[in-house]
Amino acid sequence: MTTLLEVSGLGITFGGLKAVQDVGFRVNPGEIVSVIGPNGAGKTTLFNMISGVYKPSTGSVKLDGENVTSMDPYLLARRGLSRTFQNLQIFQTMTVLENAISGFHLQEMGPLLADLFHLPSMKSRAGKAETEARALLERVRLGNAAEKEASSLSYGALKRLEIARALALKPRVLLLDEPAAGCNAVETEEIDHLIAEVAASGVAILLVEHDMKMVMRISNHIVVLDHGEKIAEGRPEEVSRNPKVIEAYLGTEAANA
Amino acid sequence: MVTKRVTLLILAILVIASPFFFPSSFYYRIGSLIFVNGLAVTGLVILIGYAGQISLGHAGFAGIGGYSCALLPAHLGLHPGIAAIVGAILSGAIAWLVGRPILRLKGHYLAIATLGFGILVSMVLANEAWLTKGPDGIEVPDLGLKDVLELVGLDLSNSQFWYWFSGIAFVIGAWVALNLYDSPSGRALRALHGSEIAARTVGIDVARLKLQAFVISAVYASLAGSLLALQNKFITPDVAGFMHSIEWVTMAVLGGAGSVLGAFFGAAILTTLPQVLTVFQEYEQILLGLVMMLCMIFMRDGLLPSVLRLIRGKDK
Amino acid sequence: MAELMQFVLSGLTVGAVYALVALGFTIIYNASDVVNFAQGEFVMLGGMITVFANMAGLPIPLAALTAIVVTAVAGVALNKLAIEPARGAPVVSLIIITIGASIFMRGLAQVVFDKQLHRFPAFTGDTPIMIMGATILPQALWVLFGALVVFAGLWAFFTRTLTGKAVLATSNNRLAAQLVGINTNWVMTMSFALSAGIGALAGVLVTPITNTSYDVGIALALKGFAAAMLGGMGNPIGALVGGLLLGLIEALTAGYISSVYKDAAAFVVILLVLFFMPRGIFGKSSTDRV
Repeated sequence: MTTLLEVSGLGITFGGLKAVQDVGFRVNPGEIVSVIGPNGAGKTTLFNMISGVYKPSTGSVKLDGENVTSMDPYLLARRGLSRTFQNLQIFQTMTVLENAISGFHLQEMGPLLADLFHLPSMKSRAGKAETEARALLERVRLGNAAEKEASSLSYGALKRLEIARALALKPRVLLLDEPAAGCNAVETEEIDHLIAEVAASGVAILLVEHDMKMVMRISNHIVVLDHGEKIAEGRPEEVSRNPKVIEAYLGTEAANA
Repeated sequence: MVTKRVTLLILAILVIASPFFFPSSFYYRIGSLIFVNGLAVTGLVILIGYAGQISLGHAGFAGIGGYSCALLPAHLGLHPGIAAIVGAILSGAIAWLVGRPILRLKGHYLAIATLGFGILVSMVLANEAWLTKGPDGIEVPDLGLKDVLELVGLDLSNSQFWYWFSGIAFVIGAWVALNLYDSPSGRALRALHGSEIAARTVGIDVARLKLQAFVISAVYASLAGSLLALQNKFITPDVAGFMHSIEWVTMAVLGGAGSVLGAFFGAAILTTLPQVLTVFQEYEQILLGLVMMLCMIFMRDGLLPSVLRLIRGKDK
Repeated sequence: MAELMQFVLSGLTVGAVYALVALGFTIIYNASDVVNFAQGEFVMLGGMITVFANMAGLPIPLAALTAIVVTAVAGVALNKLAIEPARGAPVVSLIIITIGASIFMRGLAQVVFDKQLHRFPAFTGDTPIMIMGATILPQALWVLFGALVVFAGLWAFFTRTLTGKAVLATSNNRLAAQLVGINTNWVMTMSFALSAGIGALAGVLVTPITNTSYDVGIALALKGFAAAMLGGMGNPIGALVGGLLLGLIEALTAGYISSVYKDAAAFVVILLVLFFMPRGIFGKSSTDRV
């Protein structure tokens, strides 16, 4: 199987401080790779570098063999990489449906003049995007909320909306930053199924999640970060037995559980 | 949100029905000024309300549009109507050139850069007297359309003609802006307003879309400047001045920067207000400043959204 | 050489006034994230009140003091009545509020005072002083000296006093400042008073040279804003450098290129600087956190 996402030697410094250092791993199509680690380990920073939001100081990111390091997110989106955010980045004043449609931006975008004068070509493109967006909203159980303003939704519903928006791009690589945070047990299980389903369709998934049960259940491979460095990686059962991991992360987590 | 059809209906009714209530022909003049301002403000609604970008220099484009109507007929022999269109294209081209570097800036930095641009335009218009005849202004030729209408039997007074002409221009401008709102580009603009970072991750070319919004709004401002010049048959560099830019931005924000209907009400209020305030003579400025402050303090989302919320709140 | 020196001297004098206005912008911006377009009106009030208090019989020093105190009170009123009630409003709304305030103050000055051009005598006479072949008015030295004292005093205030540190803390992080017990509302009030007072002082110093009238504020506000942005918004050193730089550029443009485009020079420079340094000369870059 060819590797879809290949990260090697990735690192970034903020004001002289090394936030992430020399992190590398691969994600294959259909595979779910989770990045875990205590708070402040650099998981979200890593995501921001891979998705082009931050420019890494060292290392490289390859998407299906192409070097895409430091490429702007909108160009990465065109190459099939999409993501969600830990602290929701929803278009609050737009409706739920419009949020979902915005995920189809690349598909519905056409000449500006068609938009200004509502030419038939624009209507057919936008109509198709709307149909697909509604289907996607049904899939994340937001069909009934389509016409509501996004800001009126609950936190869990917004999480699902963000996943829907990311899926709308029909990505080859999907980065999910704590998709189940703030969700109840039922919602978490739904998201769990959704992720597995998406992975089964051949998408490479990179996941940051605090819900250890979920991570252990659905991941094919786990990368453990601590203080910005990779301290271990492997299959879930290997990682959970690794003493370094237990010390850095699972130890504190187990004490809380 | 008020839908596109309802908005257009309300605007059309306002344009058509208002003259029935005009006590004198002077009101046609105010009506047409409202529409001209409304047109420019609609452009700013696209830039500020949809895309969330600020400009304190859009009157500069009105200056380009207005002076095109004065200079192109005089020097190149163009028809004033054609001159207005050439002016709009020129404004769009300048907006495109200036916007590329400027729109990378955010918030107050964008504000000062656009402000600087507007001031530069008004200075050039005031100082290059060999071309523009300087601060005292320059004459603008007649559009000639009124005479054509007379030939086909439509006999309108000058102020009536400009009322209907500006009114139609404004409704068309509103229609285009409403089209844009509910289109892929409009959604992308509103998306980048909501979260630029998320907009980029869904594939939106943020720089390009901001530039498009800037160019479109510049064309609106330019056409408004041309309309103003043509109906006054005269134009001065003040049309491009800082206070004119501010007036338009205030109208946009006062009405509720996100909506075209708001643009109309903002333009209507702030165009009529000074006419009313002249009664208070020397207290005019005090009252104008006071109104600006009070509106923004008590209706920070603008008039229309605040009123709509009040109505909906009562429904519940 | 003498000619250049002359331009430099007059540039620095005007620049010192811009620097003081820019400093006023900076102080308020740091405390409240508001760009106060009424800043120029404080300069106008400083000059006008001094003129009229002087005509009413107060000696100049007392008239100037009155002007500074009254203007500072006006600054506090602006904060309490217009800025505080609008906290959390979008940037555009806040800009419109302060522009509304500036129109209001201008209108008020026109009614309370008049529409004439005014001045009062220079502090220490009008006999020009020769410096390296160029001349400078004694009053210009007062302007430069005044600006120097204000900047030095402010530097001491921010680094040596607890109140100054509280202001700095508030500008860094309002919530954190509140949590450690700083009364941020009081810091805001103080910032407006300080900023208005500094503006008024600039007005007092410069009026014998440039004259004053009810409508001098808006141009000064635009130049001061440009100077603050040039230096990098929110940085007092930036305000000083930006102001002096702007004054020099204007004087040199007027001297060597074109006097009608001297006002344009400021904005051309601003546009150029922002193209290459989007956050001004001393501005810090920031990373969006998501």
